[in-house]
Amino acid sequence: MNNNNVIQAEGLTKMFGDFKAVNAITFEVKKGEIFGFLGANGAGKTTAMKMLIGISIPTSGAAHVAGFDVFTQAEDIKKNIGYMSQKFALYDDLTVKENITFFGGIYGLSKLKIKEKTKELIDDLGLQEVANQLVGSLPLGWKQKLSFSVALIHEPKIVFLDEPTGGVDPITRRQFWEMIYRAAHEGTTIFVTTHYMDEAEYCDRVSIMVNGKIEALDTPKKLKEQFKVDSMNDVFLKLARG
Amino acid sequence: MKRFIGFITKEFYHIFRDRRSLFILFGMPIVQILLFGFAITNEINNVDIAILDHSKDASTKEIINKISASKYFSIKQLIEREADIEGVFKKGKVKAVLNFEKDFSKNLIKDHQATIQIITDATDPNTANTISNYVNSILQNYQQEQNKAINIDYVIVPEPRMVYNPELKSVYMFVPGVMTIILMLVSAMMTSISITREKELGTMEILLVSPIKPFQVIIGKVFPYIFLSIINAIVIVVMSIFIFKMPVQGSLLLLGLESVLFIVSALALGILISTISATQQTAMMISLMGLMLPVILLSGFIFPISSMPVPLQIISNAIPAKWFIIILKGIMLKGVGIQFLWKETLILLGMTVFFIGLSVKKYKIRLE
Repeated sequence: MNNNNVIQAEGLTKMFGDFKAVNAITFEVKKGEIFGFLGANGAGKTTAMKMLIGISIPTSGAAHVAGFDVFTQAEDIKKNIGYMSQKFALYDDLTVKENITFFGGIYGLSKLKIKEKTKELIDDLGLQEVANQLVGSLPLGWKQKLSFSVALIHEPKIVFLDEPTGGVDPITRRQFWEMIYRAAHEGTTIFVTTHYMDEAEYCDRVSIMVNGKIEALDTPKKLKEQFKVDSMNDVFLKLARG
Repeated sequence: MKRFIGFITKEFYHIFRDRRSLFILFGMPIVQILLFGFAITNEINNVDIAILDHSKDASTKEIINKISASKYFSIKQLIEREADIEGVFKKGKVKAVLNFEKDFSKNLIKDHQATIQIITDATDPNTANTISNYVNSILQNYQQEQNKAINIDYVIVPEPRMVYNPELKSVYMFVPGVMTIILMLVSAMMTSISITREKELGTMEILLVSPIKPFQVIIGKVFPYIFLSIINAIVIVVMSIFIFKMPVQGSLLLLGLESVLFIVSALALGILISTISATQQTAMMISLMGLMLPVILLSGFIFPISSMPVPLQIISNAIPAKWFIIILKGIMLKGVGIQFLWKETLILLGMTVFFIGLSVKKYKIRLE
């Protein structure tokens, strides 16, 4: 396999009974790339992602994430990836600092490292004032940024974002994407699913899943040329409607 | 290990920052013990009764005096006609009516037989039963006194002696039951809710994607509840010893070990519930309906198993609480050791292993 590919999937398939939720998808993601993983609800995005992050075993096919096999090395994959889901999965009844300490702890960071990271993260996000407040009292946008930073706390090679910007305002979304760019710039690979087609334009490359299959995969620019439309939204509509 | 400590610290933050959990954990045991100990009782005291005395002679007077002198009854009303009986019951004024037949004394002396009808309000069957027993024993007592006077050849004198709880205090019966309920509630319901909460909030997913292993997550989640359940068990035992003067005849160590065994079986049930429910609400409903009700109704805590219909008696065997209550009563009231309780302990142990196995299996299936 190519050393530059941090994710490589070949004919990856997941069946639930007779239903092919993910139907032999093949793609690769390069190091430092922002890879948009698009599809309508029920197209199989989440199932595909779950196989890549090691919490669902594929029915057939092959995939490597950060150089590790999804069938046999799920534990190694977990150490090398970050994950943020559409639910802002921080603990509302823990303070900002306690959340950082806890997640640093389960990724096995040392006490010293956690202390360093806590300071760095709080300074970066400008959360000094609320560092000892319960996360539940923070506005959604802040929680989301904190959640992203926590997903990066162990400096993973790849971070998986599952519809990270659902339900937040356009300004916060914009700021969030700036964070994503910064992380990508520092060499972290970003694998992101989204519903927002304007966000798809920000990605380096985009794949679109329809009914369990990847129907299109290229840079946003080339996809628009290929389908002879002006926006990713139209690309998506053309594909989704068949 | 460091991860584990971090996890448990987090779990304690959850518990101590949530008033509802705090109340269930620390308020409930105390409130329940006090409620069951003081308010709810099977004993009867000063029950209001009515008398319908058709003879009004020396014997009936004496019996009535005896009854009114006892602390169990207080004579509320004297009625004159049979037709009034239903009326007093319907008004709910009295729980029982004693109906002395006509010519009571005369019959007693002439035929050596006289009848008193004891009519009880059986809308509350337990009380009705108890009232009728108490009246009977007062009558027997009267009879014995009379027989002494006339000196007949032989007489059988029953001398009942109640062992292990001679004063028939209901609190002795309730403490083991309440302890069982509390441990079940804390261990099974609280853990199932706390695990499903992580599922509901999406943090479970984050934990599963992290390098921490699923079984570490579960152990981290249940550990604080083992700890808190043990504290609860100690609080209950101490309260029952000092407030209700309940004796603990047997070994405290054995009591502790058996309690830990029961706690673990309840925790396994809690994990099992959390694997089949998606929301905290479901987990709570399943815990309440599926665990608490059987514990209260079928464990022998309140209703004696021996008087249940056979199918229910069979079902009651499948309830861990039943065995735990037998063990608790054995240790606390009878002071027996493991040599008399090994069978119950083994059954409880078997159930615990079974529940743990089942929940591990279920948990794995869910991860697939």
